[in-house]
Amino acid sequence: MKRIKTLETRDLERSMEKGGCGECQTSCQSACKTSCGVANQDCENKNK
Amino acid sequence: MIHQYKLNGYNIVLDVYSGSVHCVDDVAYDIIQLFCTEKKDEIIRQMLEKYGDRPDVTPEDLEDVFQDIEELKRQKKLFAEDIYEPKAFDLKNRHTEIKALCLHVAHTCNLNCEYCFARQGRFNGERGVMSLETGKRALDFLIENSGDRRNLEVDFFGGEPLMNWEVVKGIVEYGRSIEKEHGKNFRFTLTTNGVGINDDVIEFANKEMHNVVLSLDGRKEVHDRLRRTINDEGSYDIIVPKFKKLVEARGDKNYYMRGTFTHNNVDFTNDIFHMADLGFTELSMEPVVCSPEDPYALTEEDLPKIFEQYEILAKEMLKREEDGRPITFYHYMIDLNNGPCIYKRISGCGSGTEYFAVTPWGDLYPCHQFVSDESYKMGDIWHGVTNDEMRDDFKMCNVYAREECRDCWARLYCSGGCAANAYHATGSIKGVYDYGCEIFKKRMECAIMMKAAEAERAEERAEE
Repeated sequence: MKRIKTLETRDLERSMEKGGCGECQTSCQSACKTSCGVANQDCENKNK
Repeated sequence: MIHQYKLNGYNIVLDVYSGSVHCVDDVAYDIIQLFCTEKKDEIIRQMLEKYGDRPDVTPEDLEDVFQDIEELKRQKKLFAEDIYEPKAFDLKNRHTEIKALCLHVAHTCNLNCEYCFARQGRFNGERGVMSLETGKRALDFLIENSGDRRNLEVDFFGGEPLMNWEVVKGIVEYGRSIEKEHGKNFRFTLTTNGVGINDDVIEFANKEMHNVVLSLDGRKEVHDRLRRTINDEGSYDIIVPKFKKLVEARGDKNYYMRGTFTHNNVDFTNDIFHMADLGFTELSMEPVVCSPEDPYALTEEDLPKIFEQYEILAKEMLKREEDGRPITFYHYMIDLNNGPCIYKRISGCGSGTEYFAVTPWGDLYPCHQFVSDESYKMGDIWHGVTNDEMRDDFKMCNVYAREECRDCWARLYCSGGCAANAYHATGSIKGVYDYGCEIFKKRMECAIMMKAAEAERAEERAEE
């Protein structure tokens, strides 16, 4: 596409199929302790 | 839902429900902006009027852009629908396993930081330290309630956890002795002000702690203004050499240098860069959480300055990356390919459901920020969670529980935000802490812009 470049991203709809294993880090446990964000948590699902 | 913004020369279109990120030129940016509200002929007319003097913008070319947009729609990468809401309500009925504990091993502190939400480590209560027996029981409680979750997180928190260091070591040793038989993997972390760091702490923490979070606010004058010793002296000179020694010995293992910025240092990027100048590369800087009456509380007037700071930080980080001396900023660490699944994104932070704080006396609270509020006590590590009603409230405390989040593009990045911040700002865990939202959204815009810049660089390198 000439005017649109799409970055490679995880397909959130597809992540419904094999997501939710719960092995990823609890959001607040890492560095912030005073705010919440889930975007910077890596997925740890080995079977996705 | 889409979110469009321009930052640092990049035009970004974020498709909220698919998670797709598109970098577009001005023409496509404008067309996408009008796509859902105007008819095609009208959009083409407007584009030719605006860009007609450009030789590359022709009716045929605009037709191609429309086809590209339609194709992305067909692939569900643009204007994707929200299909996740029913899943969010299923969360109430799920059985939740507990996978993370914040162990308040010491409700006491050897610093007297003015802005501390723990109020000098006491959380508005008595001073106290956790016994080894209580700590061991906390790990047993975690294993018993963790179902088939393998990775279990335990953060040693306070007050100041190094004031109860022998117990911390004993708890870790106990954890290591039982994890294999239960098929678990403890990830211990330590959050410390650094005063008590010595060679023993360095050796043990670097062997056993998956992560260490080291509190430093940045420049000496900024740090010393609020992070005071019991004798009312600055603590910068005490801790910085210790942090350097610990980090140097840590090798590749995770750590964060974590600061708090306040109204006193709205130019907080200078503090982040100061940390970098000291040789630290893994950095985090959080806005202070306090009462609006506190003299160092962030104000509405600070907000545009804070936004500007986040932009400065993102641009500087890109520059440093290019120069081969990168730094990491916690809130800009997003992985677009391997980020969280949709369940993580809609289920909230986990406080009061899969994450609990444990007081020195073994009481359970939804998270460390609720510990000073007795009404949020949810049970204890011997009898488990006894306040089921409160647990259900926290289960439903997700992005779909808040009407204010309904039209927010960042809802699948923050997952509804911090329940404690919401409670302190509005009196309800299902409220919204607007100020925090504004800051969060700005950080996400910067983080995604950086991904666009990095992708562009990678493409340029590939072409060389």
